[in-house]
Amino acid sequence: MLGFIARRLALLVPTFLGITVAAFSFIHFLPGDPVLLMAGERGISPERHAQLMHQFGFDRPLWRQYLDYLMNALHGDLGQSLVTHRQVFHEFFVLFPATLELSICAMILAVALGIPAGVVAAVKRGSAFDHAIMGSALVGYSMPIFWWGLLLIIFFSGILGWTPVSGRISLLYYFKPVTGFMLIDSLLSGQKGAFTSAMSHLVLPAIVLGTIPLAVIARQTRSAMLEVLGEDYVRTARAKGLGPMRVIGVHALRNSLIPVITTIGLQVGTLLAGAILTETIFSWPGVGKWMVDSIFRRDYPSVQGGLMLIAAIVMIVNLLVDVTYGFINPRIRHSR
Amino acid sequence: MSEVAAKTKTYDKRRGGRLALLEEFWHYFSENRGAVMGLAFFVFICLVAIFANVIAPHGPIDQYRDALLKPPAWQQGGEWRFLLGTDAVGRDLLSRLIFGSRFSLFVGCVVVSVALVVGILLGLIAGFSGPTVDTLIMRIMDIILAFPSLLLALVLVAILGPSLTNAMVAIAVVQQPHYVRLTRAAVMGELGKDYVTAARVVGVGRLRLMFSTVLPNCMAPLIVQAALSFSNAILDAAALGFLGMGAQPPTPEWGTMLAESREFILRAWWVVTFPGLAILLTVLAINLMGDGLRDALDPKLRRS
Repeated sequence: MLGFIARRLALLVPTFLGITVAAFSFIHFLPGDPVLLMAGERGISPERHAQLMHQFGFDRPLWRQYLDYLMNALHGDLGQSLVTHRQVFHEFFVLFPATLELSICAMILAVALGIPAGVVAAVKRGSAFDHAIMGSALVGYSMPIFWWGLLLIIFFSGILGWTPVSGRISLLYYFKPVTGFMLIDSLLSGQKGAFTSAMSHLVLPAIVLGTIPLAVIARQTRSAMLEVLGEDYVRTARAKGLGPMRVIGVHALRNSLIPVITTIGLQVGTLLAGAILTETIFSWPGVGKWMVDSIFRRDYPSVQGGLMLIAAIVMIVNLLVDVTYGFINPRIRHSR
Repeated sequence: MSEVAAKTKTYDKRRGGRLALLEEFWHYFSENRGAVMGLAFFVFICLVAIFANVIAPHGPIDQYRDALLKPPAWQQGGEWRFLLGTDAVGRDLLSRLIFGSRFSLFVGCVVVSVALVVGILLGLIAGFSGPTVDTLIMRIMDIILAFPSLLLALVLVAILGPSLTNAMVAIAVVQQPHYVRLTRAAVMGELGKDYVTAARVVGVGRLRLMFSTVLPNCMAPLIVQAALSFSNAILDAAALGFLGMGAQPPTPEWGTMLAESREFILRAWWVVTFPGLAILLTVLAINLMGDGLRDALDPKLRRS
């Protein structure tokens, strides 16, 4: 098992280096040089320009600049934001819990609804129920989620007035963040109504972000279940006289979960891409909205740093999925 | 004389073979009712896009100052000349939607063709060359795939400057790794087969081997992927338009229309509902078709 993990880790190194190269070259692909970009529309005198180029090291050969960038990045120094003048690394990880909380809730929703829906659709294959579930899954899969978010806002916030439109919690409540997760922090603060407020802010974004993973998981669960239900050992279990709940729940579901777990892991990238849209619509103060804002503010160090950190996170999650997979399925672990 | 006859005969046979293949394809495709419905809707959207000038009651950027934010005709205050209502500057929503279909289909076609051609080329090169080139290409694809697609597209557009063309380029760049991977995997699977060895023994050149011997046998998964990425391209282009990084106003692109109407969502439901519905229905139709294509083309991928 350790060897398996080590091999997977070794495979990550070139990819990670590639990601840093991509993030590094980003700023060099932009028209104009970095100092001109930072100076913005005010312009800059040629002497000051040369001085700044030297000060930031932009006059040195590219490979030296890259090595410096890489060394700094490995030490957690991704440069300063042009807007707030704070460390990009710090900014990212202040906002990251908000995105993480939203993504976790969206994923819980997707798994909690998607797996049962897929199982039922497989067991009742060909029934109206199956068609209804698979039909909705296809609609969910085709959904432009930014529009879906707007529709939910129109209905639940506009017409029914049930949920707020933006933010993480009502301005009435204030407490120091402990974990960064608003749901947990609001409970810890002990303020009356704080948890309900946080929850009502979270519900719609979580539904929006969870829609596509939910559809994908339901479809994947159904097809994995169908495959397993035809296996001999399921027939054996039935022949032994086990009840349908036990056959489906224990014998079939457990074995069909392996591809489903991979699917869930692969959805992490989708979630982070979806977070960009969801957070923008609901003004959710997470890294997705921060990236979009940074792009519009031409805050290039932030875009560069955020790009690298997000890719690194996706990469690590994929590694975890791989390892979990090897853990569940010994055949994967021992192959190659 | 008999030689010519024989030739025509084989030719006919081949044609018959192709027709039979098409028939078989249609047989499996039409078994899936959803796929046929999707195809019908897709053809409908294509016709709407082609004949937009004829069908649309108004021009896409004509403004009617006397009719700002008119509701759809069937609602109180609506007018029949603006069937689906008007937007905040008095443009007919239906006409804008009709012209918008052109952009979405155009984006889909361009992105899929570019990604398909580049992806197949790189995939073939990776599959046919030695381990060094292969590893190099595949590592680069891994790196592109490590970034969430929409984020990478967004950043690429930020570099290139926001416009519909740049959005298409960015989406094509983000999508082509999937084609590279599929092509390479399919090529690897075919290379060991007898017919490839036979072709090599006969002395078929490298290019001919790549494109006319092996490639046609790798097409099934690529066609299925093309349908999938057609719909993804439309979604991503709309998302970029929505974020202000795609087509720029006053272009009647569906995502851009949604972005323009965001501030009116609580006052005028129609300016938000219809463009999104257009995106959803088009994408849904293409995905339905994609499922049907998969069932018909690739028995191995068939979703029981």
